[in-house]
Amino acid sequence: MSQNKITGRAYVVGDNIDTDQIIPAKHLVYNTHSPEERKLYGKFAMSGVPEEKSGLPKGGIKFIREGEYQSEFDIIVGGKNFGCGSSREHAPLALQVAGVKAVVAQTYARIFYRNSVDGGFVMPLESVDNIYESFSTGDQVEIDLASNQIKNVSTGKSFELRPLGDAADIINAGGLFAYARKIGMISQKAGANV
Amino acid sequence: MGMTITEKILAGHSGRDKVVPGENVWVNVDILMTHDVTGPGTISIFRKEFGEDARIWDRDKVVVIPDHYIYTADQHAQRNVVFLRDFVKQQQIDNFYDVGTPDYKGVCHVALPEEGYTRPGEVLFGTDSHTCTAGAFGEFATGIGNTDAAFILGTGKLWVKVPQTMRFVFDGEMPDYLMAKDLILRIIGDIGVDGASYAAMEFAGDAVHSLNIEERMTLCNMVIEAGGKNGIISPDEETLKYVKARTNKPFDPVQNDSDARFAFEKKYDAAKMVPLVAKPHSPENVDTAENLSDVKVDRVYIGSCTGGKLTDFKAAARILNGRKAAVDTFIVPATTDVAKGLRDTKIDGKSLHQIFEEAGCRIGNASCGACLGGPDDTFGRLNGEEVCLSTTNRNFPGRMGSKKSQVYLASPLTAAATAVNGTITDPRKYIA
Repeated sequence: MSQNKITGRAYVVGDNIDTDQIIPAKHLVYNTHSPEERKLYGKFAMSGVPEEKSGLPKGGIKFIREGEYQSEFDIIVGGKNFGCGSSREHAPLALQVAGVKAVVAQTYARIFYRNSVDGGFVMPLESVDNIYESFSTGDQVEIDLASNQIKNVSTGKSFELRPLGDAADIINAGGLFAYARKIGMISQKAGANV
Repeated sequence: MGMTITEKILAGHSGRDKVVPGENVWVNVDILMTHDVTGPGTISIFRKEFGEDARIWDRDKVVVIPDHYIYTADQHAQRNVVFLRDFVKQQQIDNFYDVGTPDYKGVCHVALPEEGYTRPGEVLFGTDSHTCTAGAFGEFATGIGNTDAAFILGTGKLWVKVPQTMRFVFDGEMPDYLMAKDLILRIIGDIGVDGASYAAMEFAGDAVHSLNIEERMTLCNMVIEAGGKNGIISPDEETLKYVKARTNKPFDPVQNDSDARFAFEKKYDAAKMVPLVAKPHSPENVDTAENLSDVKVDRVYIGSCTGGKLTDFKAAARILNGRKAAVDTFIVPATTDVAKGLRDTKIDGKSLHQIFEEAGCRIGNASCGACLGGPDDTFGRLNGEEVCLSTTNRNFPGRMGSKKSQVYLASPLTAAATAVNGTITDPRKYIA
């Protein structure tokens, strides 16, 4: 997760995207550690977003195409309070399985943010302003972590991101366990080859 | 500068004399709770990171309460409970409330206090966002994900950013048509679903301390719906009485320092408040029950960690006693203790169970039920375009099952009045 540039196509959603929209509760039964069942989290990622709001502004844009488990979109652009609701870690996991490289939102609900960082699933980036209306689903996006900028390549406009702050050490290590090993809090050996 | 209750607990559990909001600290954990939906993932991460044969840090501090997908034929859901059973056996965890046994409890957030695991001054983490419910006992309690929980299983520690504390003071006398649910909906309506992001929400004032423990739990339960990290209520005689009746474990109650600093304070006069409802599809979309009297509902649902406790059913029975429900009304006790209470608690010589049956309600088994939708065969689940008034905590799109349904959130009194009338109804219509 320590690369400096992230590029890809945007999938745009609005404010208050809750975890029931990211992965509806009925799907929380698949084994997260079985390679085959894990794909189902990708298949149903973002499937709880109401039809008329899917990919905004007119809706109806599927995040995952029928029969697929990975999305043609790489970066989710949202607004305020992304990931609110339940503590299900299946939410950032579903986005990771779907192939999402980063989420950009103005603010996050704290458990989703924490799960994304500690589990090393997706990079949760914060935009200084609420920018989702300046992006359309399918736009080419370029994120530069060195200069904290997100550029909508399709329109040529750039927006400022907040620095990662406290979370940077854990994100750069690759998650909570990797970080704890790095600072010597848990042994290097545990689980190293599992 | 003094510290708030939350700051003092986090300082005490991180070996410091003092902490300040914004600081990151590693805290020692008193209790870790997990359930059937998030437990298997947590266990898998624990095994992967610490080894298949690794031991958990303290088997007496881990509590496993299956409660979410219990009464379902869904094979994957049933497999999750088997997964928990294997782990509990391997790790010799006694604090397990297995499905299909006399130990089975139901909703973890209500079972934890009933079984004596919520104690003033302690640190409780749970793999469920409504773990914040336990703040009602004057402890630091919050929800976490599987990775964090797996880390605790192996180490007994977790990093926490010390939250600033926002204080909500309710003075005045609680009218008998008002419930804790109305108070918390008022706050969420005022500050919004992200109004307390990353913050501790403290509830104080005479009206709050006049509430029984279960009502205080309702207040703290929904702090997550305002983005809060934890809820907190200063422990008083009522708290100590409840806790001491359920555990012999020693604990150390913590109070605010007299010069504690609050990031925000708002005062309300409970005596002047009215019954409220959160409209679809957000808990912040609050209006008075009175203003929504033309909204027709198809279903009323009374249950969950928020609105399925004995106090909630006693309230509903006050109105349903001797009346008929005009719409499908589902009664889902949070725990088996609550279910027993429905049979043992009487009004006018009739048990609550009998009152609900005579009113034509459908009574389900103790579990999370349809609060979060769940598998398609879940009791009370919304599978179509139903309009439902519910005593649960979230009305996000699709939360109770169908994306096409509409959920209104309200107190059990408002739910019962609505059940009788078939349209959203202010309970004052039935309470003299």
